[in-house]
Amino acid sequence: MTIEFNTETFRGDFTYHNSAEAIARFPFPFPEDKYMYSVNIEPHVSFRPGSVYEHPFDVDEHYVSEVADRALVLNEDPLRSQSLPHMNLAGWDLLELLMTNLSESYPQWFELHQDGDRWHWINRPLGIDDTFTFLDNTTLPYGPMEYIMRQTQGDYALLDQRDDNLWMDAGVITTQADWSLDFDIGMNFMEWHGPVPLAHELGVFERALKFLLNLRQGQPVRRLNWTMTVHPRLDTSPENYAKWGVDRATVTPENAGEYMYLRVELQSLWRLPRSNAIVFPIRCYLISLQDLVTIPKWGRRLHRVLRDLPDELADYKGLTMTRPSVLQYLSQFDDGAQTSAGTFPD
Amino acid sequence: MTKSADRTPKIDVRVTQIVDVTSEIKRFRFEPTDGKPLPVFAGGAHVVVEMEDGDTLRRNPYSLMSSPGATDAYNISVRRDPGGRGGSMFMHDRVTVGSLLRLSHPVNLFPIDRRARKHLLFAGGIGITPTLAMMSELARYGDAFELNYAVRSENDGAYLDQLRNTYGKRVSIYRDDQGEQIPLTTLLAAQPLGTHLYVCGPGGMMNWVLSTAEGLGWPAQNLHSERFLAPPSGSPYEVRLAASDLSIKVGPHQSMLEAIEAAGVDAPYLCRGGACGQCETRVISFDGTLLHNDHYLTDDEHAGGQKVMPCVSRFEGRELVLDR
Repeated sequence: MTIEFNTETFRGDFTYHNSAEAIARFPFPFPEDKYMYSVNIEPHVSFRPGSVYEHPFDVDEHYVSEVADRALVLNEDPLRSQSLPHMNLAGWDLLELLMTNLSESYPQWFELHQDGDRWHWINRPLGIDDTFTFLDNTTLPYGPMEYIMRQTQGDYALLDQRDDNLWMDAGVITTQADWSLDFDIGMNFMEWHGPVPLAHELGVFERALKFLLNLRQGQPVRRLNWTMTVHPRLDTSPENYAKWGVDRATVTPENAGEYMYLRVELQSLWRLPRSNAIVFPIRCYLISLQDLVTIPKWGRRLHRVLRDLPDELADYKGLTMTRPSVLQYLSQFDDGAQTSAGTFPD
Repeated sequence: MTKSADRTPKIDVRVTQIVDVTSEIKRFRFEPTDGKPLPVFAGGAHVVVEMEDGDTLRRNPYSLMSSPGATDAYNISVRRDPGGRGGSMFMHDRVTVGSLLRLSHPVNLFPIDRRARKHLLFAGGIGITPTLAMMSELARYGDAFELNYAVRSENDGAYLDQLRNTYGKRVSIYRDDQGEQIPLTTLLAAQPLGTHLYVCGPGGMMNWVLSTAEGLGWPAQNLHSERFLAPPSGSPYEVRLAASDLSIKVGPHQSMLEAIEAAGVDAPYLCRGGACGQCETRVISFDGTLLHNDHYLTDDEHAGGQKVMPCVSRFEGRELVLDR
């Protein structure tokens, strides 16, 4: 597969854009015309060549620009990357997981040569050619987690497992849907999910935690999550709320197709071999509504999902102010026709 | 080659070395048949070894004792257990150099706690195997640790010289036949704050170490013991699939879901771990006991007998009829 990496921005003039191929492979998250929380976890196995599910870690046309945006965020706010002292080994686990998988999935871009603990890493799109000693922090310009995260799309949280719980003890979080690593660091699974409405009553988190505590090496799982964002802004963090919260007030039925983006997170969960920690990649995909409605099934379905979404969920996802304009825009593309099952285009 | 009854990823290996460690313990070296590196593991991890014993598929968990960084081969040690379910006897009497076996990926239910300022290890008998890998790892990272190892006698003790030579004063060996006993209370009282304790050995020893530590006020979070998760297995049974008009047999190491799939019936599933609820199946009738192993159904639903999660749950009794 050959890809031209886009030159684009996720702030300021927002030149982010999806090619026709990127639109067709967008991970549309709704298999039916309504949405409610569920433990929608499935084995993270490869399927549908060309889709975001083909490789364990998807690299797409936005790779180079996303990594550049991450560097901007980290330079402005170093607390977006944190690792408690006992998580250093998990950071090396993560570096190994990504380097081995990326070099296997995309040999044209990434190469890893291992001679015992002496590792040689080549990242062609970013022009990186480094040699270092595995498990020796002094041979890298950053800690192992931050080093590889500065070459990776998506946020990654490292969860320590102890006392029958998971603890958010490390991560690099710069493309988040309004949550803060600096706030959540050190919290356990039930604590950091505290603010989510309705799902607790359904027992979703108890079941999900029990399942994750039994997550096996070599058997990663995945799920999709979603929200909406005004403009293709990756860094919608609480820390920067003042910069993006006001954008919601600018959305009208006339500009919603251009301003509003469906934001889908492809989340996966992996047991790490050395540290026994779990790594939780949260990979963000953005698509404008005007691009999304070019797939008729998606336009119809998103209209119905948003129209019938419970108010608590709309509020939690930050959609209360923009929903009327979005619905008015999307209603033009919903002729009431029946939609087919599943998430892929017809 | 053994045909696995489940869909979890497996590793095909060849036995390349068998060493008599003591009169009762043998060490087996496994190398991957495809020549690719084995998955990395950490001290405390085990693999489930699948053995094709006639029509029976045996699955026994064994701790990995080799150096965690080594991905060319795994080593396990097996103690002959004539009173067991038969897996160790099969390993001792039937497995030879060149035998082909199948392994699960490593699973670690006995991990090192990275918050510890010091690691205090206790082992008894064959329980030494996970601690061998743990010490190899702790030594590599330069962490503080010590091992207290109880054996019946010098001859019955596995890896005594290797331990003495490699770790010197960090290892203390106690031989029953010499009247030597771990000075447990003294040892536990002398540990620095932030020490974590790990114990693997016979049940009586584990209870003694853990209860003594608890009695001395050690926090529960600092106490770690090896517990093997038994593979989800049990007695074979039959299930009637009413909607498909089929009767199927569920093998001892097969899940109900796997048996349904093996019969060619398309059943929904996602997590295959009893959590997501996707494979929930209505029970039409049953005469016996439903063995619910899932996390999804409520206690009331388990008691009600109207639903079952076939990915992890089992049945014992005369007849089970499912709406599938």
